Formats: sequence, structure tokens, C-alpha cells
Amino acid sequence: MNPITDDIILHAEKVQKVYPGTVALKDVDFNIYRGKVNVLVGENGAGKSTLMKILAGVEQVTSGKLILNGKEIAPKSPREAEALGIGIIYQELNLFPNLNVSENIFVAHEVTVGGSLVNHREQERQTAELMKRLEQPIKPRTLVSNLRIGQQQIVEIAKSLARNTQILIMDEPTSALSNTEVEVLFRVIRELKTQGVSIVYISHKLEELLQIGDYITVLRDGQLIATAPMPEINLRWIVENMVGRGSATAYTPAAHEIRDDALRVENLTLPHPGKAQGYLLDHVSFSLRAGEILGIYGLMGAGRTELFETLMGLYPDATGDVLLYSESLKGKSIRERIQSGMMLIPEDRQREGLVQTLSVAHNMLLASLRNHLFSRVVLSGRKEKNSVERHIEELSIKVSNRNNPIGSLSGGNQQKVVVAKALLTSPKVLLMDEPTRGIDVGAKEEIFTIMVQLAQRGLGVLFVSTELKEVLAMADRILVMSKGRITAEIPRAEATEEALVAASAIGHELVKAGV
Amino acid sequence: MEMENIQSTAATPAKTAESNHAPIQAILLQLRAFIALLILFGFFAIYSDSFMQTNNLIILTKQVAINAILGIGMTYVILTGGIDLSVGSIVGLCGIVAGGLINEGLVLSVFDVVIYFNIWIVMGLTILCGMLIGMFNGVLVTRFSVAPFIATLGTLYIARGLALLRNSGATFPNLVGDPELGNTGFPKLGAGELLDLPYSIWIMAVLAIIGTFIAMKTPFGRQIYAIGGNQRAARLSGVRVKQVTLMAYVISGFCAAIVGLIITSQLVSAHPATGESFELNAIAAVVLGGTSLSGGRGTIGGTIIGAFVIGVLSNGMIIEGVSSFWQTVIKGVVIILAVMIDQFQQRLQKRNV
Repeated sequence: MNPITDDIILHAEKVQKVYPGTVALKDVDFNIYRGKVNVLVGENGAGKSTLMKILAGVEQVTSGKLILNGKEIAPKSPREAEALGIGIIYQELNLFPNLNVSENIFVAHEVTVGGSLVNHREQERQTAELMKRLEQPIKPRTLVSNLRIGQQQIVEIAKSLARNTQILIMDEPTSALSNTEVEVLFRVIRELKTQGVSIVYISHKLEELLQIGDYITVLRDGQLIATAPMPEINLRWIVENMVGRGSATAYTPAAHEIRDDALRVENLTLPHPGKAQGYLLDHVSFSLRAGEILGIYGLMGAGRTELFETLMGLYPDATGDVLLYSESLKGKSIRERIQSGMMLIPEDRQREGLVQTLSVAHNMLLASLRNHLFSRVVLSGRKEKNSVERHIEELSIKVSNRNNPIGSLSGGNQQKVVVAKALLTSPKVLLMDEPTRGIDVGAKEEIFTIMVQLAQRGLGVLFVSTELKEVLAMADRILVMSKGRITAEIPRAEATEEALVAASAIGHELVKAGV
Repeated sequence: MEMENIQSTAATPAKTAESNHAPIQAILLQLRAFIALLILFGFFAIYSDSFMQTNNLIILTKQVAINAILGIGMTYVILTGGIDLSVGSIVGLCGIVAGGLINEGLVLSVFDVVIYFNIWIVMGLTILCGMLIGMFNGVLVTRFSVAPFIATLGTLYIARGLALLRNSGATFPNLVGDPELGNTGFPKLGAGELLDLPYSIWIMAVLAIIGTFIAMKTPFGRQIYAIGGNQRAARLSGVRVKQVTLMAYVISGFCAAIVGLIITSQLVSAHPATGESFELNAIAAVVLGGTSLSGGRGTIGGTIIGAFVIGVLSNGMIIEGVSSFWQTVIKGVVIILAVMIDQFQQRLQKRNV
């Protein structure tokens, strides 16, 4: 890696972006090296997304220049950027699940006969070629909804390649992938590099950046903080530059006393919907004790989210029993389960955790309105205000006014609002599904601290994570799931990455050999 | 004016008022329905001699009340992300139900008796009828997952058909009741006054205040907004989505029944075609008031202002002698403009975030 000899394909010079009221980017210089993986990191609100959107033509610079191959460019729309060879893959994939692979790849750029009829045969031929180039066994006619998330991502990449993309921007590409799928993705990225495609790679998973990145650029508060070739730096360097303080990456939870059983799950079984056989949850039994942090690790599709949703009562056709402090929750609705003391912090903040049209305060109070009554049916403004302000303070949520729209908060602070909403229901057992997904390092640590505090208060905390290090650092005990079953139960002292990975692959052997 | 109070507490969520750095144009945009109303009012006040006469203003407000009351119920339904096309037909059916109960009583052929009710009971039964039809809509939408547009479109036809069937398409005339049967007094609802204002205006004001209070200060109201904003998140927060949504349709049916009673009483006769296309005016008032058709955003106060915008516009144009054909065109233009401005405001708000 040599910044002097490596060829720069795109150079952003003193890029500034001003929104009414805030400066999102201040005089940022950024180089994209040809055929390299150019990593962009920073906490939420650091300006990564803005810079990425400017490159992709979604937003335009307020001042500054973009120089592509020596020529100044100013893409005014994603389509213009695309024509210049700049493609982007968003965290939330933009595919049509009802169309097949080749239709998705050529959507809005159809290969036609005579300008109006779609030439499906040619599209499929080109798709097959692209898949060969990416070394992926995905058939052109497969419906996208039948593909795994990792494969869908490959389709997105192929879509970009079909449009002659020279610079490919990837926003958190691994956030929904299992470890095996990440390996496949990395292989594809390395393949693309050899073909001269330049990658801009944005991720919160720092270990993975060290693995795949060639150059790294750190942004903080809209400013360029540091940039370096990857081999010259380490994890500590990244964290220090991102956070601006030398914080330890390995979080050590404070001591908390583990008490009696809080939750007992017995033979919880959820049949596969629409299939005569097979289970999403296959006779799952375990217990969680008060004051315990129990981690669940598993690959995509292992049944982690289904387990949480079944515990909350979303699937009436599940069988087996759930006992919360010896009270059976069988047949109870979501509302009744919340009242009994169970609460879920869902995986997808935007779709399941928050109501975007409501304010911070109203989101926070949504699950506990009945605890904030003035009389039988009327809400008490004073009680509401007290609860909201107390939790803003306790969880140090950064918000200037509790009546601000929820969308004005950063991802980490939004997540804290979801946590506050759950805490306001006075839960005895808290289910946290990927509680740190898509939030920055600083906010992650805060969430960890909150989890430990809750355990100290005697709550049972059950949490799911796809990040090995997170599970290993946080959990007192770890359950590993695979194909709807619990394949291992490992106490903290004996937990190793190898053991978790091995247990999470049980039942996957065939698939693994195939990929 | 009381309308101003409602506007300041309800129609503009505290957002802009409290974040003091909000640009002036954003504030103006949020208050746009109210500003439009003021401009229209000022315009007709200057250009027309008769517009500002008390008599005309009362007539105007009486007309507005009909639409505004329907709009209050409609706001709840639209806030959940639904729509209620059946309100006009419910108005007609409820009028016929009330008229029939007064003129013909309740015929129980099994026992060979006819029961004539006291006028309060007649009104109670009529309102119950409206709420039941609303519940029918709600059950279709929540239990049978019929799209609100289709469910209430079906009810639109069913209710109108039932209204025609009840008296074979004929009117129930002269609903004054009979002193011997003890069911007199119905015309008072439409003709009576309190402090020189017709009852219907008071009813509108009371319903608007109660409606706003429910929307802002009760768990039910809060949950209506949550369901419209994100149904799944609401469900996972323990909101009983089905029950709450169903209640919104019941409220809409309740409001339609009230309007049915008022109109029937004003005319002292019940005609089965009453209320045709009222649903469209009500939706227009809701949309003009800044409520989003996709749900989760909007206020009752805004709807009242929207109803006044439509009322002032058509009253002023009638006084000015604008052809009724042009009136229709202009009403359409105003509705489209309102939604365009709404879209513009949302984009502006997003950018500010």
C-alpha cells in the first residue's frame, strides 16, 4: 500500500455541505484509490452518510470539488452518478422481491429489442456471465425473495457491475450477514479489486475493516480526522480517532448478582408457516435468572428473532410453555405479556421500534400510557413529563427538546428512546434483539452499561447478537441456536469464539460445503 | 374566536413553536390552513358588502358545522391510515331511521304492537344505529382485513340502499311528532338557538373540543396516532391495534349520525338521498387541515379550519355570484394546492432534520 504510487480515481477536495442549521461536512478531503477498498468510518452523525450521498449524486456539495479521473464532476442525481460509473449499495437493499435475479439487475436499464420489448434471453445471458465473474452459483431466473440476504447482496453488486460501475459504495454491507456470508462477500470484494473496481466501504464493525480495508479515513463531527493506509494502523488507532478518546474496545461488564429463575421456557415450538414439516423453533427449552445477562448467538435464520417474537406472543400457533416468575403466559396477548413484565426491544428500530411520526416523548410513552394517567382515561401531562425527562437524563439521550420529532435523533439516541420505552413498562425480563445494530462505538458502550445496570437491578436480560465479540464480552451465559434449536449452552468462563461458531453451524454442514 | 384557540393548541404540534430556530417560512407553512382562511375571510370581507353581515356569518357557520362534524370523525379514521367513504350514506340512513321512528314508530309485527318513543330515545337509537354501521366498517377492516377504501365503499352502497328501502324511496315529511304520542320537539334541534347561535354550531364546537381532547390527552388518542404512524411498532408496544382502529370507525359513524339528525331536523323531513357526496367534502376538510392521508399526522383543529376554508370559499363565491360550475372547479384546485403544499412542507421538514 503506497499512497504515492497508488492511483487515485476520485478525489474530493475541501467538500463542504451545509444544511439549514448544521454543517454536515467541513472542508473534507477524501481520496478513493483505484482498485482498493477505501474504508470510511466515524460515529453516527460524523458525516459518513452525507459524504456517501454526495458521491452517489443524492446530495450536492455546498462548496468544494469532486475530481474523477482528473476531470471535475458534479452529479445532480443518482442516475448521473451512475453514468459516471459511481454505484451505491444501501444498507437496506433496494431489490424487488417479486422479480427474478436478472429482472432486478436490469431494472430501469432493460436490454431491449427495438427499444420497447425486453430481451429476457440476453438479460439472462449477461446475468449468468456476471454471476460467473462473481463466482456465485445464483441462477438468473431465481426469484429474489427466494434468496438469502447474503445472496441478495451479491445481486445488488451484480446490478452495479452491469452498469459498468468503477466506484462501488457499500454502506454497512455486513450488518445483516452471517459469518459465512461475510466470507463470501469478502471474496467477491477481493475479486472486484483485481478487476479494477474501487470500493468505498462503510461499516461499524471495526475488526472487519482491518481485514478487508486498504485505506482508512476517519470522520468526526463532519471533519476529516485522519487517513492512513490500513497496514500502518490498528484497532486502537481507529477507535481513538473515531471517539476522540482512548477507550478500550473490550467492554468488561461490572459485577452483578445472579438470583433465582425469572423466566422458564419449556419446549417452545413454532411450526414453519405454510410447510407441513420443519420448525422455526424446535422444542426450545431454557431458563433465565434474575440479574443474569443471557446471550443468544446464531447465524441468520437460526430462529433468534422468532424466539423473541414467540416469547412476546406474536405467534398464537406456537406450542410449549413460557413461565414468567411461575406465571404461565400461555395464550396471553402482547399487551398482557407486557403487563406481566416481559418487554421486547426489537431488532429493526425503524420498522418495529419507533413511530416516525411521533415525537421523542410520545414514542417513549407509547407502551406505558396506562401508567401515566391523571384519571381513569385522561393522561397526566405532569407524569408524562417527569417520566420522559427522567429517562432522557438517566440514559443520557441527546435531545434538545422532548417534543422534537424522533427522526431528528442519531441512531444511538433513537435506540436509547426504544430502551426507555421498554423500561417505562417496568419489565422483569427484557428481550433485546440486536440492541447495538447500526449504532456507533460510543453509543454501543452506553447500551452495554445500561444492560449491566438493569441486571444489577434484578432484571433478567436476554439478548441476541450476531457479533461474536459482543456476545463473549457481555453474556454471563451463552445459548447458541441453529436451525430453530439450541445447539449449545456455554457458561462465560468456557466460551470461546471457536465453540460458538462450531455450535452455530450444526445442521448447516451441507450448505457450507455447497458455498 | 374559539377557533383560534383550537388552532394554537392543536392544529400545529408544538414542534415549531418550541424549537426557536425554526425558520419563519416553516412556521408559515404549518399555519397555512389558518392563513388561507384569514386571507379568504379578508378578501370576501373587503369585496362583498353582505359577507360580513352577522346573518350571513351564522348561515355560513351552520353549513360549515355539518361538514366539520363529519370531518371530526373522519380525522380519527384517516389518522389510523384508513378512510371512511360511508359517512354520507350513514347521514341519509340515520335521517330516515329517525324520521321513521317519529312518523311510524317501531313496528313489532310479532306482538302486533307499534311503539312510539320519546324524542330523546329516538335520537339515542339513531346515534346507536350510526355507531353500529361504523362498527360494521371497523369489523370489516380489522377482523376481515378488507381494505378501508373497499369496506366503506361497500357500506356506502348498503346504507344508501337501506335508506331507500325503508320507505320505498319516499320522504318522511313533517316530523313534528304528535302530542298524543309524546314525541314532539324534534324540529328544535335544527331550529333552536342558544345565545343567538343555532344548536348545530354549538354541537360542532363541543365535539371539536372533546375530539381534540381525546386525540391529545387520552391513551386512546395517542394510540390512534401511533397506529397510523407505524402499526407494527404500535402492536409491539402493546397497543390493541384492532380494537383501537375499530373505535375510530365507530366514532366516525357516531358523527355521521349526529349530522343525520341535525339535517333531518333542519328540514323537518327525512329524505333517503340526504348526504350524497358528503364524504368527499369531509375528506377535503380533513386534507385541507393538514392531516396526512397515509395516517399518523394531523389534528381535529386543522380539520375544523379546513371545513371553514371550504365553507367561506363557497359562501363567498355564491354571494359574489360566481357560477356554480366555476365554484366546483375552484374547490378542486384548492384541495390539490393544499396537498401540494403539504408535500412541500414535509420535504422541508425532512431536510431540516
